[in-house]
Amino acid sequence: MMYLDEAFRVKVGLAEMLKGGVIMDVTDAKQAEIAEKAGACAVMALERVPSDIRKEGGVARMAAISKIREIMANTSIPVMAKVRIGHFAEARVLEALEVDYIDESEVLTPADEEHHVWKRDFKVPFVCGCRNLGEALRRIAEGAAMIRTKGEAGSGNIVEAVRHMRTIVKEMKQLTVLGPEELVAESKKHQAPLELIQYVHEHGKLPVPNFSAGGIATPADAALARLLGAEAVFVGSGIFKSSDPETRAKAIVKANTHYNEPLAVLEASEELGDAMPGLDIRQMAEGDLMQTRGW
Amino acid sequence: MLIGVLALQGDFEAHGAALRRAGAEVLEVRTKEDLARVDGLVIPGGESTTMLKLMGYYDLFEPLRTFGASKPIFGTCAGAILLASEVMNPPQPSLNLIDMAIQRNAYGRQLDSRVVKLNGHGLEGDPELEAVFIRAPIIRRVGEGGKVMATYKDDPVLVDYGRHMVATFHPELSNDLRIHNHFLAKLG
Repeated sequence: MMYLDEAFRVKVGLAEMLKGGVIMDVTDAKQAEIAEKAGACAVMALERVPSDIRKEGGVARMAAISKIREIMANTSIPVMAKVRIGHFAEARVLEALEVDYIDESEVLTPADEEHHVWKRDFKVPFVCGCRNLGEALRRIAEGAAMIRTKGEAGSGNIVEAVRHMRTIVKEMKQLTVLGPEELVAESKKHQAPLELIQYVHEHGKLPVPNFSAGGIATPADAALARLLGAEAVFVGSGIFKSSDPETRAKAIVKANTHYNEPLAVLEASEELGDAMPGLDIRQMAEGDLMQTRGW
Repeated sequence: MLIGVLALQGDFEAHGAALRRAGAEVLEVRTKEDLARVDGLVIPGGESTTMLKLMGYYDLFEPLRTFGASKPIFGTCAGAILLASEVMNPPQPSLNLIDMAIQRNAYGRQLDSRVVKLNGHGLEGDPELEAVFIRAPIIRRVGEGGKVMATYKDDPVLVDYGRHMVATFHPELSNDLRIHNHFLAKLG
């Protein structure tokens, strides 16, 4: 099976090393340095953070190569970068650049509205977003070695991240109590390969690490994502769109490690300034949602 | 006998699972109080810079040094970096519990990560030993008390320091429990 071969295990291996950590969005080497100093376990290089992409509109693409190079040259932790959904040529460029992980991301403007990148063809590992179990398993079937729930990027609102994590965890739990003969119908319902449905039925979890993204803005948000089942968190606009990036980055790292200790999350939350401005998802137009990109 | 796995960041869960499969009782260690309860400790793979920050935030640095002065620690990858006396690429603080120089990310980036088979590892049983390297460091000098158990491309990758031991790869990501058993044997 694909998820047992050596090449795939090496890809999942790096995701295993990132567990329990915070992956931070950065747009230049200076932000990457702040992230690394605060204790980020990896950085995500991109041109604009999601809340700016949302504000400025237009087409959001893979970041400028000079920026990614600058970030790679100035950090000792893994560097990830985003490609548009389905844009396998951008992915080839990032692989040639030797980034450590590629995020095929709904935050950028999709390049293909039907197909995702066939990620098995790449040696560099991919992370993909999902809103439910079926979407996660389709991405894993294509070769994703890490899954993150999508949430709603750039919103500063945790509600969608919670919805997606609760959905996928519930759908996985449900599979574990079914009989083997019921799994074919589940495969049809989730629109996912039977062998991956069988894996979840047997293990109660995905064959790759499951992280959370999209809307984390405070230490308590990070703790909530972890308590709901995320094995690590991505923080996008939440850090560098706040009034106090250094303090906030450090506070989120602390709360993420001690997510199950209310006193530690309290301590991490002391002395924080203003979080990024948030958006009410219910008042957003359907076309402004990023989470519905990806199929 | 209780084995701790330092759970600040990294693949502590995989180490915990491997130790349990080897028959050990396991505690995830995040605080000084947790550390005081365990008889031996595994420092897992992950990002050594992140773990160093968290050790600083929660005053774990000196307690870990004191712990290591009398009790066994097994460091894998980032854990090996944290135990070493000298860290390169870039230089960074460490627990300085073993006489060893180690270079971070020495094989390159993730594209240079790999699974290989090692031979002549000094462990019982199968002469082959699987080693999973992820953005791995290279040990540049093995100092006093270090016995090299396995090498890859002539560089030491598994070293026994008597009380402590280090691996630059990830035995917790393979099904073979011999390395974890070798560590557990140090606890008597």
